[in-house]
Amino acid sequence: MTGDPDMLTAVAVSALLVIGSLFSVLAALGLLRFPDLYTRMHAASKAGTIGSGLLLLAAGIHAMDIAILLRALAGFAFFVLTAPLSAHLLAKAAHQAGYRLTNLSVTDQLPQPAPKSRPH
Amino acid sequence: MTFLAVNLLLMLTWAAVSGSFTVHNLLLGFAVGALSLWLVREQFAAARLRVRPLKLLLLVALFFKELSLSAIKVAILVVRPNMRLRPGIFAFPLSLTRDFEITLLANLITLTPGTLSVDVSDDRKTLYVHALDCHDPAAERRAISGGFERRIREAFPL
Repeated sequence: MTGDPDMLTAVAVSALLVIGSLFSVLAALGLLRFPDLYTRMHAASKAGTIGSGLLLLAAGIHAMDIAILLRALAGFAFFVLTAPLSAHLLAKAAHQAGYRLTNLSVTDQLPQPAPKSRPH
Repeated sequence: MTFLAVNLLLMLTWAAVSGSFTVHNLLLGFAVGALSLWLVREQFAAARLRVRPLKLLLLVALFFKELSLSAIKVAILVVRPNMRLRPGIFAFPLSLTRDFEITLLANLITLTPGTLSVDVSDDRKTLYVHALDCHDPAAERRAISGGFERRIREAFPL
């Protein structure tokens, strides 16, 4: 156990894989257990960044190839760029469409748009 | 000068994404980068901004710190048998004024687990943030304005 580089990368890759998978599972569990769209978006948008980020990093390190590592990092960067947009748009659209927050909620300071008569 | 630097950066990104660092591919990446920069040349020339690289690094470091800390917090919340959720949307008064700063702040807030930016008011003075734990909106506001907002202001001085 004296700093064998192969052993070290194997341990690092395994740790990243396990932690990344754990976060993905927890995000799925969160999607299932959270009470409304807004709280669920918390779980959904973070699974993309943390879970996939760690898994991509593991894949990049395991390949031991700078080109593959860079591509994995590029994939993570695109996740970071896109995940908040979808979460933000879904939450905004839901609020504008009039979906109420769950009963557990303590405050809602975002003004609700004036209710329009909906076409049938 | 910045034009060339950004073009070189785009070239390296191209090489990374296409996974080959041969001279031909680098030249192709440079050409594609120049073409895309030419397409946005007017916006690019308008968007001259000063950046403090060290402060920008501090912002990135703060982001990864917040990301890991609150990821663990939310993970613990999810596995608790009775989730003590107190979600809500609170209004955050923005002191940042430029559009890209507000976008950056909103995205950083969304990427940090536990908080999610929902909307910006039309006058761009208020950001509406949904938080999983919103029993103390004043503390959340303080955390954002003393954390991300301050770091963004330092990294991109007017």
